[in-house]
Formats: sequence, C-alpha cells, structure tokens
Amino acid sequence: MPELTSMAALWGAVILSGLYHGINPGMGWPLAVSAALMERRHKAMPKALAMLALGHFLAMIGILLPFSLMIFLVEWEVQIRIGAGLLVVAMGVYLLINRRHPRFLARVHPARLALWSFLAAMAHGAGLMLVPIYLGICAIGADEAGHLAARALMGNTVITAFGVAAIHTVAMTVAGGLIAVIIYLWLGLRFLSKTWFNLDIVWALSLILVGGFGIYAASFGH
Amino acid sequence: MNLRPDPTFHASPKLAMQAPVENYAFTVMLSPDGSQSDGIAVIDVNPNSDTYGQIVHQVIVPNKGDEFHHFGWNACSSSLSPLTGHAFLERRYLIVPGIRSSRIYVIDVKEPLQAKIHKTIEPEELFAKTGYSRPHTIHCGPEGIYVSCLGGGGEDGTDGPPGIFIMDCETFDIIGQYEMDRGKQDKHYDFWWNLPQDYMVSSEWGLPPQFENGVVPEDLLSNKYGHSIHFWDLRARKNIQTMDFGENYQMALEIRPAHDPTKSYGFCGVVVDTTNLQGAIFTWWRDEDGKWQSKKTITIDPRPEKPENLPPLLQGFEAVPPLVTDIDLSLDDKYLYVACWGLGEMHQYNVSDPMNPVLTGKVELGGIARGTKHVNGKDFAYGPQMVEISRDGKRLYWTNSLYSTWDDQFYPDDEGGQMVMARVGENGGLELDKDFYIDFPKGLRSHQIRLEGGDCSTDSFCYPSV
Repeated sequence: MPELTSMAALWGAVILSGLYHGINPGMGWPLAVSAALMERRHKAMPKALAMLALGHFLAMIGILLPFSLMIFLVEWEVQIRIGAGLLVVAMGVYLLINRRHPRFLARVHPARLALWSFLAAMAHGAGLMLVPIYLGICAIGADEAGHLAARALMGNTVITAFGVAAIHTVAMTVAGGLIAVIIYLWLGLRFLSKTWFNLDIVWALSLILVGGFGIYAASFGH
Repeated sequence: MNLRPDPTFHASPKLAMQAPVENYAFTVMLSPDGSQSDGIAVIDVNPNSDTYGQIVHQVIVPNKGDEFHHFGWNACSSSLSPLTGHAFLERRYLIVPGIRSSRIYVIDVKEPLQAKIHKTIEPEELFAKTGYSRPHTIHCGPEGIYVSCLGGGGEDGTDGPPGIFIMDCETFDIIGQYEMDRGKQDKHYDFWWNLPQDYMVSSEWGLPPQFENGVVPEDLLSNKYGHSIHFWDLRARKNIQTMDFGENYQMALEIRPAHDPTKSYGFCGVVVDTTNLQGAIFTWWRDEDGKWQSKKTITIDPRPEKPENLPPLLQGFEAVPPLVTDIDLSLDDKYLYVACWGLGEMHQYNVSDPMNPVLTGKVELGGIARGTKHVNGKDFAYGPQMVEISRDGKRLYWTNSLYSTWDDQFYPDDEGGQMVMARVGENGGLELDKDFYIDFPKGLRSHQIRLEGGDCSTDSFCYPSV
C-alpha cells in the first residue's frame, strides 16, 4: 500500500509541476493572449497554446529520455538518482546566482512560439524539475516489475517518460490557457501585468527543493 | 529588480493613455559652445504644485562639450513581452548620450528631485566596442537598450558606416554592433519598430562633417544628405528593404510607427525638398505582398520673405523654408504633430486616415523673420522644435533649439532655451498655455523632453489596443 500512495503522490507532483509551470508568465501564456488580439481571431489562441505546449513537451521529453535510457544501468540506480538530484540542485543554485535572462531568447521571431517555448523551458531548467519525480516513479515501477528483463524495463521507463512529459504538459497548458482565456475574454489586458509576479527566486528554490527531494528519496527509500 | 512589473509598463497604448498623468518632465540643457557643462533639467509639470512650470532640480555633468541632444529610458512597456524576460526591470534610468563627445551618462531619476549620475561610459569604450560614434536615439527593446549613432569610426566619424549598438539593460555594458547585414544603409539618424510584427525602420541625417560645424549648403543643394529609410528584420538584424524617397527629399529624420502593434504603417518627416523648399511627411506602409511602400501625404509650403530679413544662408532663396525637424504621434495614432522650425509653427494633423492627413490645429511661435511672441508676451527664440505629447494626448510640450551650430546659421540673432506647453482641444485644435513657459538658465539651450512614466516617443507596446 505505501508503494501505491507514493506512486499517486509522484503522479500528483507531475500534475502540480505542470500547473506551476503553466501559471508562470515566463512559460508563455501572455503570448497566447497577444496572438489572439494581434490576429483578431479567437482561434489564434488555441493555436498559440498548442504551439507553446508542443515546445514545452519537447523540452520535457528531451531531458527525460536520456535518463530513461540510463535506467538500463539498474545496479547504478541509486547513484544515478543522487547524481540527477545534484544536477537539479546545481541548476537551481545557478539560477539563484545568475539572475539574468538568456539574451538569445530575445532573438527568436515572435511567431515561432514552439521554438521559443522549447528554448525558454530548457534555459530555465523546467525539464530538470521533473527528473527526480520521474526517477522516483521509475524506481517504484522497477521494484514492482522486479524480475523483468532489462530490455523490457527500459521499454517501461521510456513509456513512463512520455507519460510524465505528456501529463505535465497538459496540466501546464490547462493552467496557462485558463489564465489566458480569462484575461482575453473577461478581465482585459490591464490584468496581464497585475497577474505577473517575479517567480525567479521561487523557481530557483523549487529546483533546489525538488533536487533535494530526489537525493533524499534515492538515499532513504523511494 | 521588482517583484511586480513596473506600474509604468502598459500592455497596450490604450492602457498607457488611461494611466496617471506625468508629474515631471526631464529636458536636455546644452551649452552650445561647450563653455558650460550640459545637464538634465527636472521640471515640475503638476499643475497643483507650488513649483508648477519651474525647474526644480538639475543634474549637471562634470565634463564640458558633450552636447546633449536625444535621450531615453532604460526600460519601457516593451518589457511586458514574455519573449524578452525583462518584465521586472524598473523604469528608473535615463540614458543620455553626448552627441559631440560620444560620452554616455546613465542618470538615476527614481527620485526626480534627487536625480543623479549612476554611470558614465567614456567615448573610448564606445569606439572600441562598437566602431561607432556620436550616439543619438535610444530605445529599449528585445535584446536590451538600442542606441543609434550618427558617426562611424575615426576622428570625423567617417571611417566605416554609422549604425546601432546594443547595451545591456541591467549593467549598461556595451554589447556591440546590432547590424548583421546593413545592406545599403550608410548614414543614420532615428529608428523605431513594431515588436510583435518584428520590423524596424531607420532613417538618415548626414555624416558628422555634414552637420557638426553647421549645415553644408553645397551638400544640401547637391542632395548629399540622407533621403532613404531602411526596413529591417528586427530580430534577424538584417536590412530587408531600402526605400529612397527621391534625392530632393533631404534629411529624412523622425520615424514614427503607429503605436498599435496590429498596424503596419507609420510616418517619416523630411526637413526640406530642395526643388521647392517645402517640408514633407511621408506615410509608409506594408502592402499585401509584404513589400514596403510610401507616399508623400503632407506638404508644407515655404513663406516668401524679403532677403534683407533673412539670414545669409537663405537670402538667395527669398523664402523661409518650413524645416520639418521633428514629428510626434499621439498614442491613439490619431494626431500627428509637426514642428516647422523655420516657419515658427507647430501643426496638428488628424491622421486617423494615414493616407489623408487633415490639418486640424496650428500654433505660431518664434520663426525666421517673424519671431512670434508667446501668448504671455515673452520672446521665443528660434522656432518650435523637439515636441513631446503627454500619454493621454491632452498636452503638448516643446522646446526651441535644433542643434547648436544650425541654430546659429538659421537664427544668427537669437539665443536662449525655452520650453512651452499647448493644450489639445476635445476635438482637435491646439492652444498655448500662457502659464507654462520655462526660460532655461543663461547660456544653455534646450532640446529633447522626456515625461515621467513614458511618453509618445519612448514606449513600444506588445499588445494591441482593444
């Protein structure tokens, strides 16, 4: 039973992290508002949200897949998880010290939303935030599968990576989309700047927290 | 860094118009002969204040001979684009270049009454990092602060073409040249853009030897000043089209794109048409095939005048040219203001239909061989020049000096710096306010004006007015 509870908690974390990324204007929901207003068509908004989601999904899967392949090294599981946790903590510390936004993001054409979303997620370590959660899920899965051949185990972890990235992205898109729609249809542009909070420090601390959790879980159980 | 976006950042031009009005204006003070230090005057423009219409603070720089001209903010409403990641900058610093010294001052105006120099960038650093000189127009945009320069490298600024460089918007370090492919662009003056549509437009005055010691009549009469504007792919940093208005349209200066980012048009003022001495405004726009087009939509005629009343430079022409030296567009894209520095007139055009502007208001003040006095009875040296509109579009501020050496050629008998204000009528029209008249300290002239919280020639918007 504890296995089930922690599994549910980890999937819950996948959804929560998606909602968290979604409400962060830095992940792009104001661009969906802008697209609908610029094109003067409601339809432009779902299209923009879809592009943002695509970029975000690719950034997530781009980070998770290498880890899913590494799980092949079953005997090194704990070390890999601790290493991953340290990496996430390091990214958080880096963002805490270097508070400057990468200038190359400003060179992306404003209509290339998928590319921008991908690069923004990469630059802010959005994918890394999922790694400890994902590795936790894989570890429980591996315990249950226990005797499975390594090849089958890897197949499982790859599917899990896609599942984590997809559910996270859906949650992100729902949260960001909801804010975009409310501002576009009801509240108006005045609320665009009112709902904007500086999450830089909170974001960096979140990475440190999640990384720390990953190290803890790998060292003392799941 | 703020925890929330700066309250003076507005998503759309319409929201900027509804925001609280300006309490302070910042105006350049320059010593025409370099005998005094230049500075920024902080002016109280709150009508309920005891010091309304007075210079309440001055930031005087330590050097002499900078010749201040244009300047701008470190951050504006463009920061509200999530693409750039600058949402939490403060609108706090004025970037003030010396057009003659190539020195740049960053002035902290967070507390307007205690405004002070925050950082100085020495000319040598600018030369070394950019290959440009004579910094001029400032705009804050996607990659930081963009600064146009009128000169290239070398002593007289003709070693290589002039252009734009980028400064870091937090540290104010110079990053380097903007251009990756400048195409035919070989002179520079103003530039502005439409951020969501990702285009930039730049204009041309002339190279430093053509303006630093005064207008060169032979160059003007042989049409050697700038007469083209350039369209750029803003983020790719490429010149995509150069548009030549015709060589007789000498000095294509101020670029004023429509503020609403859904619109793909704007205006450019031309100082003088050498075939007939008219001043002209061109409307430029992007057609359905994506090509840029332009059409002359406003002409202003010269005024015949007896040679004995004219400065030597103009005696042969027996006329006063209008000399369209500055234009400014209200945030609702409705009124275009045109300074006729030679005639001594400020014009207001309704440009709701940008292809068919209609003259809706006019104020006469100063002017060559006319010298119209202010409604309060005081003198106004030179003519109406740098003009700035309040965000709500109800007040128009302007000063009188064009450029030190040019003032002396066109107005050899005038001296002084003044700033005045006119009120805009409910349905257009323009009327001088007799209570707002600032005479600058003796020996100093005035040029560009910036308004607290942004104005109509600083902020770029990322979301349409709806």
